[in-house]
Amino acid sequence: MILEVRDLAVSFRTEQGLVRAIDGVSFEVFEGEVLGIVGESGSGKTVTMLAVMGLITDPNSVIEGSIRYRGRELVGMRQRELQHLRGREIAMIFQDPMTALTPVYTIGWQIAEQILAHQKVSKSAAWDKAIGLLDEVGIPKPEEAVHRYPHQLSGGMRQRAVIAMALTCNPALLVADEPTTALDVTVQAQILDLLRKLRKAHGSSIVFITHDLGVMAELADRIMVMYAGRIVERATAARLFAEPRHPYTRALLDSIPPLDGARPRRLRSIAGAPPSLLNLPKGCAFAPRCPSRLSVCDEAKPTLTGTAHAVACVVASGR
Amino acid sequence: MAYAILQRLAQMVFVMFGISMLVFLIFFGTPGVDPAARIAGRNASPEVLEAVRKSFGFDQPFYVQYFTMMKKIFVTGDLTSFVNRGWKVVPAVLDTVPVTLSLVIGAAVLWVVFSLIIGVLAAAYRDTWIDKVLMILGLIGISMPVYWLGEVMNLMTQSRFHDSWLFSWVPPLGYKNLSDDPKGWFLTLVIPWITLAILYIGLYGRVLRAAITEALQEDYIRTARAKGLSETRILLRHALRTSLIGFVTLFGLDFGALVGGSALLTEVVFGLQGVGKLTFDALQNLDLPVIMTTVLYASFFVVMANAVVDMVYILLDPRVRTS
Repeated sequence: MILEVRDLAVSFRTEQGLVRAIDGVSFEVFEGEVLGIVGESGSGKTVTMLAVMGLITDPNSVIEGSIRYRGRELVGMRQRELQHLRGREIAMIFQDPMTALTPVYTIGWQIAEQILAHQKVSKSAAWDKAIGLLDEVGIPKPEEAVHRYPHQLSGGMRQRAVIAMALTCNPALLVADEPTTALDVTVQAQILDLLRKLRKAHGSSIVFITHDLGVMAELADRIMVMYAGRIVERATAARLFAEPRHPYTRALLDSIPPLDGARPRRLRSIAGAPPSLLNLPKGCAFAPRCPSRLSVCDEAKPTLTGTAHAVACVVASGR
Repeated sequence: MAYAILQRLAQMVFVMFGISMLVFLIFFGTPGVDPAARIAGRNASPEVLEAVRKSFGFDQPFYVQYFTMMKKIFVTGDLTSFVNRGWKVVPAVLDTVPVTLSLVIGAAVLWVVFSLIIGVLAAAYRDTWIDKVLMILGLIGISMPVYWLGEVMNLMTQSRFHDSWLFSWVPPLGYKNLSDDPKGWFLTLVIPWITLAILYIGLYGRVLRAAITEALQEDYIRTARAKGLSETRILLRHALRTSLIGFVTLFGLDFGALVGGSALLTEVVFGLQGVGKLTFDALQNLDLPVIMTTVLYASFFVVMANAVVDMVYILLDPRVRTS
């Protein structure tokens, strides 16, 4: 096990009150697997992984619970120690390659910067390694591309550069936060191919965050579905798609248009909107929108139960 | 890149030409005003008026008048002030240039260095007491008018505490040539430099702090943190570096304006015969040739400072280079 998260809760103090971005999140990441986190905007998937990276710097944030990376506790770890882990053992790829790179430096400079921060090598060696990495992620003419500034590259090329940067130190854990969302569909497919290839070559574990179930089906070994800051269902990819148990997961899968057969006149959608994190219902957060809702659903928050296929729903777990 | 710089220089020449035309039109083309009478000064005799008319070509077409004027300023340099009887204007203006440049360049060094330190420190310790103290000091610096601050400085260093060990080194007011007396040049200018710089230190420190704080919210700062870089490196190499673009813009504008005569108040308070003081005196006795020359001189510096800023942009921001 490479990462073990227990009862993680992140809240932000705001003028309107305490916002619980995530609450009671527990999961683990095993060596070499791809864990997918699915959920809509605001469901807490990015916040979860930013907390793991120690990148929640807001002075009004409160982080509780435990995050263990290879047995070392990350919550409350000193920034200086975290710096040694970040970029070297745990790396992150961000959503928008347009803004993720500093505009005033060449991509070669930015990749070499990260190498030099973690390894005792000469500048020219770092530069050579940057060229090698750009080549590995499929950027044509890497020895010219290192001298390019971010604005001179297309979105897909920029995301490749960001991925190359994340790979500099062969991280054991790679967090990819919607790396394909800002790209067009053909480039998306290329990037996913690349991630799959790199995973084989480097053997890293990957946590892949997305709201796109199609992307998830292609890449993930296990999937975790989040709703309003909590995990509602967790299972292997095959099982989750074959027999989804949580009403929210079912509704999500129902809203995917079928590839064959008669198309429904209107796509199925989930009625209502996710609850405000400022004012979560006392019971299950999905209850107000749930088609199979019972009166017990409003009384207490359901806990995530089950091991291989865990679900946080009173109705689905038959209690 | 070389092409971009050349293009910018050509643009600068064009703007200069436009300004000279405009200034000329305002002074010599205003309907109902006889420029000869203005140049000749009050109570001029008919002979003097006639001489002025001839010398400036006022009996000739308008474009000839313009070229005569430009020739007198830029080529022959024999523009003469009639108000100050036979005073050669161009050498007089050129004499004041080193004074103003010494004052402004020295102050600029001070204000850039100190505002960088203050801005970076305040941003690094934002929302702590260090930040608050620095920002309040900055506000105080901005709020003190330079003529008041200058007089207080004079009061302290020239009279009240002049005999104490602290200020006994301060020489009497005035300007000493750098080539004749480097030490005297430096000592006479220390107090004026500080006086002029204080306003800009406060202003630039606050602007820089705001720019860095804003830059720290950017996505690429999160990337830099995710790379495992140290906070110092993130602040200096990423946040400060991208914040310098706005800083340079502001600097170019202020520097150009100051060299062009806006340092007037400091020059008057410290008895420095600079460009601002010269323009001020010329305006008081409506000495048109001097005003014409100093306005052109000032606009030249403002335009040039802007061109330099644009060229520094090309160095600072790769996005400007290609577009």
